[in-house]
Amino acid sequence: MFVELGHFTLILAFAIACVQAFVPVVGAARGWRGWMAMAEPAATLQLFCIAWSFTALIYAFVTSDFSLRIVTENSHTLKPMLYKVTGVWGNHEGSMLLWCLILALYGAFVAWFGGGLPPRLRARVLAVQGAVGAASLAFLIFTSNPFLRLATPPFNGHDLNPLLQDPGLAFHPPFLYLGYVGLSVSFSFAIAALIEGRVDAAWGRWVRPWTLTAWIFLTIGIALGSWWAYYELGWGGFWFWDPVENASFMPWLLSAALLHSAIVVEKREALKAWTILLAILAFGFSLIGAFIVRSGVITSVHAFANDPERGVYLLAMTAVFMGGALTLFAARAEALQAKGMFQPVSREGGLIANNVFLAVACFVVFIGTIWPLVTELADGRKVSVGAPFFEAAFTPIMTALAVLLPIGAVLPWKRARLDRAMRVLMPALILALALGALVFAVETEKSALAPVGAVLGAWIVFGAAADLWSRGGRGPIAARARRLARLPRADWGKSLGHTGFGVTIFGIAALTAWTVEDIRVARIGESWDVAGYRVTLVDVGQTEGPNYYSTIAEVDVSDHGRPSLRLLPEKRIYPVAGMPTTEAAIDNGLTRDLYVVIGDPQEGGGWAVRTFIKPYASWIWAGAAIMAMGGLLSLSDRRFRVAAGARKAQRAGVPAE
Amino acid sequence: MRRLLLALALAAAPAFAVQPDEVLDDPALEARARELSQNLRCPVCRNESIDESHAEIARDIRLLLRERLVAGDSDAEAVQYLVDRYGEYVLLKPNAEGANLILWLAAPALLLAGGGMAALYLMRRRARPEAPDALSDDEKARLADLMRE
Repeated sequence: MFVELGHFTLILAFAIACVQAFVPVVGAARGWRGWMAMAEPAATLQLFCIAWSFTALIYAFVTSDFSLRIVTENSHTLKPMLYKVTGVWGNHEGSMLLWCLILALYGAFVAWFGGGLPPRLRARVLAVQGAVGAASLAFLIFTSNPFLRLATPPFNGHDLNPLLQDPGLAFHPPFLYLGYVGLSVSFSFAIAALIEGRVDAAWGRWVRPWTLTAWIFLTIGIALGSWWAYYELGWGGFWFWDPVENASFMPWLLSAALLHSAIVVEKREALKAWTILLAILAFGFSLIGAFIVRSGVITSVHAFANDPERGVYLLAMTAVFMGGALTLFAARAEALQAKGMFQPVSREGGLIANNVFLAVACFVVFIGTIWPLVTELADGRKVSVGAPFFEAAFTPIMTALAVLLPIGAVLPWKRARLDRAMRVLMPALILALALGALVFAVETEKSALAPVGAVLGAWIVFGAAADLWSRGGRGPIAARARRLARLPRADWGKSLGHTGFGVTIFGIAALTAWTVEDIRVARIGESWDVAGYRVTLVDVGQTEGPNYYSTIAEVDVSDHGRPSLRLLPEKRIYPVAGMPTTEAAIDNGLTRDLYVVIGDPQEGGGWAVRTFIKPYASWIWAGAAIMAMGGLLSLSDRRFRVAAGARKAQRAGVPAE
Repeated sequence: MRRLLLALALAAAPAFAVQPDEVLDDPALEARARELSQNLRCPVCRNESIDESHAEIARDIRLLLRERLVAGDSDAEAVQYLVDRYGEYVLLKPNAEGANLILWLAAPALLLAGGGMAALYLMRRRARPEAPDALSDDEKARLADLMRE
């Protein structure tokens, strides 16, 4: 009954979304206040309906209601409670419901907290949200309904894919969707602005917090996924350039570009058309991502279901929204007039360079991702485009971005002088180069990668520090510190965000250049050396978990004679799903991770053991966390300004029409 | 029974890609083999290199590759040997020839085009003090170019 009610509210939500997509637009066009005011209760009601459906689905999973098809296919009575709940979005239908829920959540937030927006703009934004919601809900209900029943429910389910029974992956999809779907708000604002034919500083101020929110969630989601791959897949890779990873990475790159270009709109009223285009494309890439993941057109390690009907629907949805948005853009872009004038060497110039690099990086990832599809459709040739291509094509662009970033960040608006900027940055540059030389001197295998990574990372981190320091002005330290403390939080957020980027660059370079790997057959009691660490296989035993059997090894690692660490790598078998997983044992350290994997028993006795020393691995995710914190800091500042800006615009703008 | 099940399951599923018995005695040759393996795709897997894959065929290709290296092939010869047998599909980094040139040239071409358009835009923002429609023309050209690519 409860579940049936969830099914019913889902269909109700679809009907509400249709109304929300239609009525407020007409109201805004005709100036009928009542019709415009419809948007807000519709958005709220839509959220409550979908939330009810989602609760019903969680209830079905928690109570193991195997009369629901997706519960049978993705759950089992023995599965731990945490994964019963997270299993709701560990499949195509449930994850799509989560997508709709988050979409409705964003819509409701715009309705609740958009009180300062001009009523017409708000009605239009909510209507576009409603249209996206209606399309998503139709897709969910008609092609992938999570509430379908089985005529004869089985006694037990097929269990969730064991790779997904992991805390890292359990929370990876919600964050990712909060990011993807968050970009729908920027999209809605862009469309609403195009319909009105007006983009001004206030628009930039409204759209930025939403973009920033989406970008923060995307950053966290991508980092969680990459961290999961690192510890779960058993060989310590953290990024595979898999189509599905690329699908999340493209919106991240474009939303990062959008964040920066919206600043130019806000502060200087320039780059308007480009910013609108970015807002449209960023969400477009979210939709393309959904298509890549869910259609099965491009083979990938994490593809969900290969269903042509779903693929066609998603492609049509992408085509309608992108086609419509771009047509509107082509018709209205002319009306967006730039006001601010500036010299090429200026903050504006730096931000434009940032946008060029990020957008080109995104399109390179895009071309690499779809290239196998293109060649197969064009002449039936099967080619692969994998990590080696992306590393070769993507790295130079990011390197160029990293070189220019600190310079662009210190340039003042309108007109800047490079020599003055370099004077601020000189200590950072000298420190970074010295660090690079030091790294090159001490590294045993002379590769360019690590020193270059160290120079770039340090250049960005120290550059961000130098930028902040210079903002403190002149005079005694105490006065400077006081001025620094009074800087807007957005400035601190910017420096922190850039710092995180530098930290991640260094982590990736160091890990890639310096990983030491050892593969061997070891007997119980045997010891061996890996890069100065003494590793001993103490014992191998068997244990049992709630829904798996496990081979668990005890491995001692001692660091240059210091007392040893005990690591417990596992190899699990999930009998219901018939799948093994490797649970690497990792000792996270500031300068290195010790990473031990236990393999199969060998014919002549002994066990296969793989040991890695992974230098600075944690820096990759620490950097991502710092980026996200920078974003949060900036967001906490925005809130005040958004409110202030909204009030001002309302006073000045509304009566004109 | 449970033990048996466990043993069966373990036997069916090797825990990692490169097995200790595959490793060549000569560390220099082995390093070359590992490096080449990372650029070769496992034909039955989804976007995994033979170095990462657990599949049987990936192991076969790894062994074949090592055989060729031990027999004295250069890197290019060994890879060509595998491409002749398994097709262009096994290359994770497509050769820059024929239609694939588009793929390889996309990044530099886009960067040049984007940089050029940005430069043009910057010049205009500086040169024309009162030209209300200068921006939109420019932006439209940029959009058209981006769309075409």
